[in-house]
Amino acid sequence: MDDKVSIGMDSRRITTSQRETTRPFSLKKQPRLGESIIQGFLLFCGVLSMFTTIGIVVVLGSESIAFFRQVSIVEFVTNTVWSPQIDEFGILPLLLSTLLTSTIAMFIALPTGLAAAIYLSEYASSRARSILKPILEVLAGVPTVVYGYFALKFMTPVLKAIFGEANVNIYNMASAGLVMGIMIIPMVSSMSEDALSAVPRALREGAYGLGATRLETAIKVVLPAGISGIIAAFVVAISRAVGETMIVAVAAGAKPTFTFNPFEAAETMTGHIARISGGDLSYASIDYNSIFAIGLTLFLMTLGLNMVSRRLVRRFREVYE
Amino acid sequence: MTTLNDEIKSGLPQGEAARRNVASRRRTGAIWRTIFLSATIIGLIALSLLIYNVVNEVFGYVATEYAVDPATLSDKPLDELSKDELVVILQDNMRKNAFRTLEREKPMADRSDSEVYDLVIERVLKPQTLETWTLRDSWFNKAAIDAQVASEFPEAKLEFRSWLTAGFLTTPMSSDPLRAGVRTALLGSLWMIAITILFAFPIGVGAAIYLEEYATDNRFNRIIQTNINNLAGVPSIIYGMLGLVIFVRTLEPLTSGRIFGADSGNGRTIVAASLTMMLLILPIMIINGQEAIRAVPLSLRQASYGLGATKWQTIWHHVLPNALPGIFTGTILAVSRAIGETAPLIVVGASTFIVTDPDGPFAKFTALPIQIYNWTSRPQPEFAHIAASAIVVLLVMLLSLNAIAVLLRNRFSKRG
Repeated sequence: MDDKVSIGMDSRRITTSQRETTRPFSLKKQPRLGESIIQGFLLFCGVLSMFTTIGIVVVLGSESIAFFRQVSIVEFVTNTVWSPQIDEFGILPLLLSTLLTSTIAMFIALPTGLAAAIYLSEYASSRARSILKPILEVLAGVPTVVYGYFALKFMTPVLKAIFGEANVNIYNMASAGLVMGIMIIPMVSSMSEDALSAVPRALREGAYGLGATRLETAIKVVLPAGISGIIAAFVVAISRAVGETMIVAVAAGAKPTFTFNPFEAAETMTGHIARISGGDLSYASIDYNSIFAIGLTLFLMTLGLNMVSRRLVRRFREVYE
Repeated sequence: MTTLNDEIKSGLPQGEAARRNVASRRRTGAIWRTIFLSATIIGLIALSLLIYNVVNEVFGYVATEYAVDPATLSDKPLDELSKDELVVILQDNMRKNAFRTLEREKPMADRSDSEVYDLVIERVLKPQTLETWTLRDSWFNKAAIDAQVASEFPEAKLEFRSWLTAGFLTTPMSSDPLRAGVRTALLGSLWMIAITILFAFPIGVGAAIYLEEYATDNRFNRIIQTNINNLAGVPSIIYGMLGLVIFVRTLEPLTSGRIFGADSGNGRTIVAASLTMMLLILPIMIINGQEAIRAVPLSLRQASYGLGATKWQTIWHHVLPNALPGIFTGTILAVSRAIGETAPLIVVGASTFIVTDPDGPFAKFTALPIQIYNWTSRPQPEFAHIAASAIVVLLVMLLSLNAIAVLLRNRFSKRG
């Protein structure tokens, strides 16, 4: 192992050819302790990420097992009430509001993000790009708690003004979802734009040569060619929305409610974890164990989405030479 | 050939029909172009609305009323009194213990005139906020505000104030929004970030070097790479839960500082938060670092090997110096993510109310985003003003970091 690492293949060949002659000094590879130590440290750095993953799985798994000793899995996935005070642990209300806010967010983020990506990659002049892209980057860099503030202090009053004071709760899923959508636009647009820019120029030239308009080229040629990257962007966007915490913690409400009405307050999975662990939590309580069961559900969902994204990319990928 | 051409032509619109066909396709194209453009502009609109909403709360009129009428304290207006007279007023109107505490903090003799004057206002007159207005109202509805103040609070003083002042940055947390500041939160954030970088930078760069320079394409290294990409997609709150169990509970003797003789009671300290943040930003740092290292031309490495350098000498003297601007840019971007991250800190257990400055890595702490979250969640309108001010502080911090990253990137691309 040491041989290969410290001196390349070529130098070894020299060493063997020199072996026959009498040599003034040895060119033979010497073990270099320092280099080995450094390489060991670098390997440790690389492997540390594995420990992180193992840590996540072990931590979420073991605490969840402690939870499922007291609450049956069947109750966990079928009960529509989450109320630790009266020993009701059904994840459905939390899951439903997570899905509702994420769906609202996707209705905003996916079309807008994709349209922005098409504009930036197919239409925009380089000057327009140099102005618009940094704006989207800044939007992506705004901390999520600031978006939470924006949802509560701006989006909620706007919704109240549109749909009527009485119909919209001060904490509601709609405003959290809408702002979450805005937050995710830059991510969708930048990933989709990468996918579109990767489509070879020759395809566009071919379409123009056949008399296609710019729109037809973009929609019928470039988009299908880059679809794998775009779908990957969409799936990653969903996983981001599912895992988003601060916006929903601030704006969506602090009570688990099983409701389909987006103007009602309902706590999401992430919001519940944040609220419960924010208080002075006793490590021995079932409340404490319950957030890990929710965390495990969340982790499995996002992991699944990421894996789906990778599989989709592989299935739809078209390779251009 | 001609027959084939004719065949094709017969399937296509001719003459006037072709003109109409092209015109309608162009029209559709123009419509969609506008739609695409407006989708892009939505980002700009959202950003402007966000900034407008924050700034709108940072400035505005405030109606305050003194709990004690200044006229009862002295016959002259307060600002004409000498320092000694003001001290006498303080002594007469404060409880003995409170006055002694003030003396212990800084003797009256050492305080400047304006400091004593401020003390009299704060401790004796006790201004109370009756109502606050946003910048928009203050600007456009001044008359209505005047009328409302005149009818509802005839005694009140109406003044235009900026909630974001130098004092806001230097005063600690307080339950009174008029006097609350972000000093403790700011220091907590800085401590946390410093320690995060201390751990994350060497490990992140090390892992990036390993994956780019040492790792051969085998199953083991591929798993490491996939794993890092997967970790980058894990929600931040999950990292918080990992930190809670591993750093706060399991490694409590370490993170509470007990084995270093600085016991802070439990593991909910700056170190625990920093280590959690380290795990959170490592995947981003490694991926960015790998890109920077990959951008160093192969010829540089070969030249170095050709001169007899070892692998590590090549990396240390040639690859790293060339990749460094890119690595720094990536680090800054990862760090700005860590500064704004709130959810893991909540789970790890940052305190929401703390008035003493953090005095080391094992101190209890609060952070800027935690403070924003806490203030935003309160229903009283005054807290919206200070939440907005804290947001401005946070955004300015992030923007300056990003500006540094852009500068580095530009220098880097010029050299390349």
